Order: sequence, then C-alpha cells, then structure tokens
Amino acid sequence: MRRNAIVIKRQDNVATAIQDIPAGESAAVGVEEESVSIKVIQEIPLGHKLSLRHIDKGEEILKYGTVIGLATRDIEPGEHVHVHNVESTRGRGDLA
Amino acid sequence: MNFLGYRRADGRVGTRNYVGVLSTVVCANEVARAIAGQVKGAVAFSHQQGCCQTPPDLARVTQALIGLGQNPNLAAVVLVSLGCEGTDVAQVAKAIEDCGKPVHVIGLQAEGGAARTTALGVLAAQQMAIDASRIQRVECPLSDLVLGLKCGSSDTTSGLAANPALGVAVERLVAEGASVIMGEVTEFIGAEHLLARQCKDENTGREVLRLVDRMEQRVKAMGVDMRGGQPTPGNIKGGLTTIEEKSLGAIAKIGGAVVQAVYEYGQRPVVKGLVVMDSPGREPELLTGMASAGANLIVFTTGLGAPQGFPFVPVIKVTGNEVTWRRMQDHMDLSVHGVMDGEESLQQAGLRIFEKMIETASGAATKAEVSGYVQAMDIYVTGPVI
Repeated sequence: MRRNAIVIKRQDNVATAIQDIPAGESAAVGVEEESVSIKVIQEIPLGHKLSLRHIDKGEEILKYGTVIGLATRDIEPGEHVHVHNVESTRGRGDLA
Repeated sequence: MNFLGYRRADGRVGTRNYVGVLSTVVCANEVARAIAGQVKGAVAFSHQQGCCQTPPDLARVTQALIGLGQNPNLAAVVLVSLGCEGTDVAQVAKAIEDCGKPVHVIGLQAEGGAARTTALGVLAAQQMAIDASRIQRVECPLSDLVLGLKCGSSDTTSGLAANPALGVAVERLVAEGASVIMGEVTEFIGAEHLLARQCKDENTGREVLRLVDRMEQRVKAMGVDMRGGQPTPGNIKGGLTTIEEKSLGAIAKIGGAVVQAVYEYGQRPVVKGLVVMDSPGREPELLTGMASAGANLIVFTTGLGAPQGFPFVPVIKVTGNEVTWRRMQDHMDLSVHGVMDGEESLQQAGLRIFEKMIETASGAATKAEVSGYVQAMDIYVTGPVI
C-alpha cells in the first residue's frame, strides 16, 4: 500500500499526513523502511499530524525526535494532533 | 564551477545590474518611485523608516541603506532625501562612494519640491543606466555568490521536502566557497539547541542562543502567547502546530553546513561559509536585511505559496507542496514535491535547486522578476516610532 503518512524519527509519537486521509481510513504510516497501519478517527489534511499511540495530557509531543509542544488533553491513537490539543512552551508571554 | 556575473570596483560580484534609487526616509518614497518608474534599468527601494525614531534605530536605518547601496547588484545609486530626516544621508553617500560606485544625492527641500527633484533624479539615473549598460557579465567562481535563505507561508511540506532539499544545495554551495546567510531568528525558537550544536565552536553557539533569547524576550514582553503571530494562521492551516515544530523544519534549510559566525541585522559577513544574521521572519524586513548584508541571490521555500520578491536581488521560489505548485504557477520557480512521497531523493531535488541558483545568478529571470512582484521591502527596527 502506498504510504499516506510518514514518521520522521522512530521515537516520534506523531506522524505527518502526506495526502488528505479521510476519517475511518487506515493510514499507511512509513517509519523508516517499514509501514504500519493506523485507523484514523478524524480527517487528517495533507501536512497535518496524527497520533501514533495514546498520549496523556501534559505529555510531550515528539516530531523530528524533538519536543514540539505539550498535550493539553489525552489524545487517542489516530486522532488529529494540532492546536486544539497541543500547546507551545515557547514565546508564552501569557504564562510569564 | 562558475557563473556569469558583473564584477564591481570593490571586487564583489552582482547577479543583476541595476541603478538603485534609494529613498533615505519614508517621506521621500514617492519621488524615489517616480524616478525609477521613468528610467529603464532603475529600481526603487522604499521603506517606512528614517525619522522620529530612537538613535539606535536611526543608526540601523543608516547602516541598512549603506549595505543596500553597496550591494553588488547595483551599478550606481541615486539617493533621494527629504532634507530634515534622522538618517545620516552624507554618511550613506560617502560609504557607497567608497566602494567605488557612482552616487548622486538629491533632496526635496534642497531642490524645491517633488517635481524638480524627480526631473533631476531622472536625468541622473538615465546617464547612470547608460553607463551601467556597458558593463558585461564575466565568468566568476561560485565563491562570489552570497546566498540569502528564506522560508515563508510554510506548511509541513516545507520542513519535510523544500527546506531539506535546499539544505543539500546549501552544503554544496558552501563547499564551493560561497557565503550563505540564514536569518529568521524567531524560527530558531525550539530548535536553537540543535542549531547551536551546528556552530563551529561554543562561542558561536552561545551567540545564536543569545539572539534567540533576545527575540523571545521581546515577544514575551507583549504578555501574550505568540501563536497566531508565529506560527501564522497560514502555518497553522498548513498543519504547523507550534513555533517549535515550525523552527525544526526551518533550520533544515542549512542541511549539515556549519555556522561560522553570527551577525546583527543587515551586517555584511566578513567570513565565507554559512552565517546567521539577526532578523525577524517577516518577508519585507528579512529580504531587505539579506540585501543589505550583500546577498546577490535569495532562495525562498514556501508551502502554501508566498509570492514576494525584492527589487534588485533575484528570489527563487521553491515549494514542496504539489497543490501549490499547480495553483501558483506564476509565482513558483521550482517544485520538489516528489520528495514527499519518495519519487525524488533529497539529493536529486537539492541538485536541481543548486542548478537553478547558478542559472538565475547568471541572468535567468525568476517568476517574481517577470511578474514584477518585487516590492517586499522595509528596514527592521526594534524601537518605538516617537
């Protein structure tokens, strides 16, 4: 099956869609040379992220093997990961 | 490997050969534009600065105009002044003359209004354009290239395809002995630890961290979450969730090249190789800073499709987004979307960008140049207007 999402570093807990993935479809997620299948529970537009596993509220979101933010609530596998459930830890004058 | 460029009196090389009509203050913009509009081969630089600002910002405007006037893509310069501005016009004129370039200064108050100043400026620029037209392109080594990097209207394809492909081209250009300038310090936030490790020594790494901290403190002083400003609504639409994620994709532009030095905004690098320059991410200020630092070529990656170019430095647009490539044909020079699904390797895509750079440096027109979409310009200031 042609990949429709990719994982950049093996330790990442999110994948990036490389085409629009409709809700309910199983995404073929490329992890290095392998491919894993994950059922997508919401539509994931091209360029957006989906969760690879359960992520607890407050847990770090990893992409490029690096922290890109913190989960603001529990995230299920196959869920859309974006501004509605992830916050930045940087440039936060509102927390100062 | 060589390209065809215009060698200037100071030894630097232009990829273009314009007469620059530089406004020295926001109040003289109309006249600068009117002059350039009437002379084939002349381009105007206008901006919103140069008066009623704090001395550090006025010094920066003066320095930026010097850098722009000295840029090797300009054969000669007309400076258009109002007469009462804070910019040090005499210093700008002298510094540009000192690099061996003809400079003509005119002022609205001295000449007696816009109509007379425009007429005198047109006559001066006409003669400069004729003189400039006699200069021929000659073979120059790639080490004479000064490449500015930019990404804008980014989406996640920027970090996965266009930026890493550009990184491959940057590594190659650096190996040829060229200078490469990376700015957009806001887009180091969250990736600065990786960038610092890519510096030639600890001191340079600390300089990078200092720039990032200064930028972040400035943002935080506003008392809000910067999301919505950075990343932008367009970035968020494209799937970028936080500034950290945007930054990690942005620094891919330099590939594995080593950062040799860190400079303030618009400052000309004195070392070859990759350098970091303080600047925000916004296009007018970034492109102007690159031109002031002496960039004779800029590569600009984009996801959702950024149209901006600069008046006298060619800006090559590269996208990794197939939809943008199809929909924004009149703005995109190159697509590397094949990298996204593995149809093209990063190495191949990087080589195509590298070849495009040489072709453009030698005179091939960019989409921004032929469409005239070249007005993204302003000088970056950090203090208040007073």
